[in-house]
Amino acid sequence: MIDTLCAVETPEGVELEFSPAGPVPRALAWMVDAGIRGAAYVALATVLQGLGQVGLGLLMLCMFLLEWFYPVGFEVLARGQTPGKRLLGLRVLRADGAPVGWSRSTVRSLLAFADFLPFGFAAGLTAMLLGRHSRRLGDLAAGTVVVHLSLDPARRLQPGGATATLPPPFPLSLPEQRAVMGFAERAPGLTLERARELADLLEPLTGARGDEGVARLQAMALGLRGLS
Amino acid sequence: MKQERFEQAHREEWDALAAMLAAGDGDQRLPQAYRRVCQHLALARDRCYTAGLVQRLNGLVMAGHQALYGSTLGLGPQWGRFLAGGLARSVRARYRTVLLAAMLVGLPMAILPPAIARDPQLAYLVEDPQDLARMETMYQSGAGRFGRANQAQTDVAMFGFYIWNNVRITFQAFAGGIILGLGSIFFLLYNGVHGGAVAGYLAHAGLGRQFWPFVATHSALELPALVLAGAAGLHLGWALLAPGRRSRGQALAAAAREGMPLVYGAALMDGLAACIEAFWSASALVPPAVKLAAGALLWTAMAGYFLLAGRRRA
Repeated sequence: MIDTLCAVETPEGVELEFSPAGPVPRALAWMVDAGIRGAAYVALATVLQGLGQVGLGLLMLCMFLLEWFYPVGFEVLARGQTPGKRLLGLRVLRADGAPVGWSRSTVRSLLAFADFLPFGFAAGLTAMLLGRHSRRLGDLAAGTVVVHLSLDPARRLQPGGATATLPPPFPLSLPEQRAVMGFAERAPGLTLERARELADLLEPLTGARGDEGVARLQAMALGLRGLS
Repeated sequence: MKQERFEQAHREEWDALAAMLAAGDGDQRLPQAYRRVCQHLALARDRCYTAGLVQRLNGLVMAGHQALYGSTLGLGPQWGRFLAGGLARSVRARYRTVLLAAMLVGLPMAILPPAIARDPQLAYLVEDPQDLARMETMYQSGAGRFGRANQAQTDVAMFGFYIWNNVRITFQAFAGGIILGLGSIFFLLYNGVHGGAVAGYLAHAGLGRQFWPFVATHSALELPALVLAGAAGLHLGWALLAPGRRSRGQALAAAAREGMPLVYGAALMDGLAACIEAFWSASALVPPAVKLAAGALLWTAMAGYFLLAGRRRA
């Protein structure tokens, strides 16, 4: 199958799949974080202004912390998500699927400087486009990967549309059965035209085109899943 | 088994695991429930159940994996061991890289002052004349106070500045190393040349009596910090150039892991150096001789720490 998933084998012997996040959502998340940081600078500057030289010292101290440790704090304490990543549904994980700790998160954060070179994250973008799981230099050095949060778990699991089952005219292999069941599972989310178009591909199986083909596929899926 | 019967048989277990994970407290039944769902995921894949089910189970296993394998180690004892000798051991383990980094900073610092003493024009080659003139008036005007308004408040401002600026340079010297080591080489040389030129110029201008006491103490922490971070950066670059029997990615990740102790040590030393630079080096209350003595003491202590600490295996 051609996709961008990366699989990791857990100690329990099962494969865990993530879908790594590409440059665009990550850039958007970065912009959200940059906005939050900018607002924090302004707020701090306003508050600390009244303290004169001492305030200036504290402001620079805060700027230092925000500049380097804003991502680290959130990634370790807020389950791998800065506010920007949370908004975009992204999350930092270790490449083996475990949560990131202080050390890896710090490496990522420090190397963001190198990713930024020579301007506008060009080095990081190049690394993301050339590498396999769109990891920037910091991710490569820290052994981390930024992934999309798993899809909505409340996703509709039941095939819709059919009430009676229909046996396939000839035996289907397991992957073929999965394809038919997968169609029924997704049909409620597709436009009618697209559903018909897909069902038409299976005319040899259903012996019908258009809406009738869709209905027959759904009826077969019902039987294959074991609903009756 | 048909998918529907499979789902009906195990749905309650899945909901229970999801509830346990959402509750987030260390439920004793979690590991067992998690391993059951791992098995279900493997079965669901093998039996070609639909993507919806496989994704749901994958999500559950992923959350369980996070909850079970997330490290919860406290930082306290680690830091204690680290400072008691772990840092020194890490430095000695990479002594060749550290010496190379030290030479990149130290050679220009050693060469430039005598060279500038012979040919003062040399200073203008590497430094902006205006900057040098400003520095000269700064050290001239300060009667032991180096041109700052005589206020404790200014010290706090300068402390913030030193943290913001110096630790940033240290971090950059490390991060730049990922560009095949070139970034680290640049930051090490740049700071060495800058320091050497300023020292040479001020000594030539006859301001050594103000300059040396000022830098003596905090430089014992600041320069080694730069060297350590630069060495960690060089280590990164070397891993990319000569990964050995590992892939470049693996070598890079290993080098980052090995180099991080040096970066932590460097950041810590920079923090201390900023305290000293802001509140001690610039203080008019401390006589220059005391500052020089403190500087000598601190340099000796640093050398002693890196050479001797952590030799005895616990």
